[in-house]
Amino acid sequence: MSTITEKDVEYIANLAQLTLDDSLKARLVGELGNILDYIDKLNELDTDGVEPMMHVQPLTNVFRDDEIAPSLPRERVMEAAPKHDGEYILVPQILEGD
Amino acid sequence: MSEPIHLKSAHSLRDAIRAKEISAREAAEAYLDHIDAVDGDVRAYTDVWREPALARADAIDSQLAKGEDAGPLAGVPIGLKDLICTTEGTTACCSELLKGFRSPYDATVAEKLYAAGTVVLGKLNMDEFAMGSSTENSSVVTTRNPWNLDCVPGGSSGGSAAAVSAHECAISLGSDTGGSIRQPAACCGCVGMKPTYGRVSRYGLVAFASSLDQIGPFSRDVEDCALTLNTICGHDRRDSTSANLEVPDFTTSLTGDVKGVRVGLPKEYFTDALGVEIRAKIDSAVKVLESCGAEVVEVSLPHTEYAVATYYIICTAEASANLARFDGVRYGNRAPDTQSPEEMYKKTKSAGFGAEVQRRILLGTYVLSSGYYDAYYLKAQKVRTLIKQDFDAAFEKCDVIVTPTTPTPAFRIGEKSDDPLSMYLSDIYTISANLGGNPAISLPCGLTESGLPAGLQIIGRPFEEGAVLQSAYAFEQNSGIDLGVPTAIAESVS
Repeated sequence: MSTITEKDVEYIANLAQLTLDDSLKARLVGELGNILDYIDKLNELDTDGVEPMMHVQPLTNVFRDDEIAPSLPRERVMEAAPKHDGEYILVPQILEGD
Repeated sequence: MSEPIHLKSAHSLRDAIRAKEISAREAAEAYLDHIDAVDGDVRAYTDVWREPALARADAIDSQLAKGEDAGPLAGVPIGLKDLICTTEGTTACCSELLKGFRSPYDATVAEKLYAAGTVVLGKLNMDEFAMGSSTENSSVVTTRNPWNLDCVPGGSSGGSAAAVSAHECAISLGSDTGGSIRQPAACCGCVGMKPTYGRVSRYGLVAFASSLDQIGPFSRDVEDCALTLNTICGHDRRDSTSANLEVPDFTTSLTGDVKGVRVGLPKEYFTDALGVEIRAKIDSAVKVLESCGAEVVEVSLPHTEYAVATYYIICTAEASANLARFDGVRYGNRAPDTQSPEEMYKKTKSAGFGAEVQRRILLGTYVLSSGYYDAYYLKAQKVRTLIKQDFDAAFEKCDVIVTPTTPTPAFRIGEKSDDPLSMYLSDIYTISANLGGNPAISLPCGLTESGLPAGLQIIGRPFEEGAVLQSAYAFEQNSGIDLGVPTAIAESVS
């Protein structure tokens, strides 16, 4: 029932911030199509009036006391960052211009 | 000569260390030597912490020498799946994207296991970001089944299962989103348990699908499983989804007796999809439980056939959100020479994520995208409600549900790697317990003609791990089944 086209794959890849080469794109059209056909099985079921389950435990808002506690050691956090100056994590320039 | 150290269960090793018959250092050395002997074949470890493990074992020995209590698992060598954050070594989720990542903190389960006195031997192989059922999606290596090196160990916690079965650690931890503990435990012939959703803190577990993920133990017997649960379960303010409930002493459930326990057999699991050999093993397992006093009843879980489809909508949707964080900013391997943030995100993700991870991110993005949300994601959440209601109704009639863990024994390496859908269907019997949030165990129930293990699954009501362990222990103690040392590594063990 559901057909997924190369254009759809391109569209969602862009949403997911992925770049696909042409051969991978072609392969994914087939593979995702098969999986979606299988998933369409759910349409056999009448779910009118059924509550969707967001979470399996009946938890509502979980609060904790607003207490000051140590955060992670900065050196170890910075060590994991691909680029940093010891105080800030660095990324390519975001705004155009100087 | 007495039994080699690495053949002992965790509890008997713990007792011997406490009685000072064996030192923690001797135990660690025995395991490390055994890893050297067999891991070239099995390939369960991605990183072995030889020096840190020996230093830790020495610290335990000096605590014991001073007469201090070194913890309920003092000196027991263990391994951790590569998605459990540790300040020691790296936590890479077997992904190129996170290769070399050093966590600035320890996961709650790692802290608890350290406090219990365990000695961590290293990190264990897995499908990248826990996505897969064979460990073939690891960016590091493909783990091989200790019973037949041409077969997969299952997945995604395949390294954790293979290491315990091959006696390369006494206990290990894995994670289970749709069967990733129970399916490899069944394939490798060990005990693997997914506790109730919320029972174990996931602080420091790299998330795959947050409404389904749960951490749990692998062990070589049910008693070791109960002991590990005693250590890792409990509320944690750093994981707001962890349940604020008392944790019982799970070893008190190991009575060996199941008199009056109602064992439910869901008819939907015993169809033509189930291989005849596995079916025969499950039938005999049920007879063992019956002979121990259990009452067998037929139950129905009518929405079983919709579980896999429901799961692959929910887990991919959640994964697409969870994995968005791996954008090359705060951690991971950023693609070089990019001129804008957008280019950096795209190049980092496309180069860092493997094929299955990209496939699931795309599927998850699709089912959440505008125009498809109601048809897929909302629909799946509604069917999840029906699946949960099936369990609630079945557990009115029975105390535990018994099923096969997998429809077939371990498949051959490469057999399903080109067909994602057939790989997904290998989790057909394990997925429902994740959707319902129920605790479930897999334990060995024999070997097939081809010499591969078969797994028996026991599912319980939420937070009734004790009932699951009670039935599992009664089966283990009364079935006479002891698989022994896996055939493919037996030579190295004698």
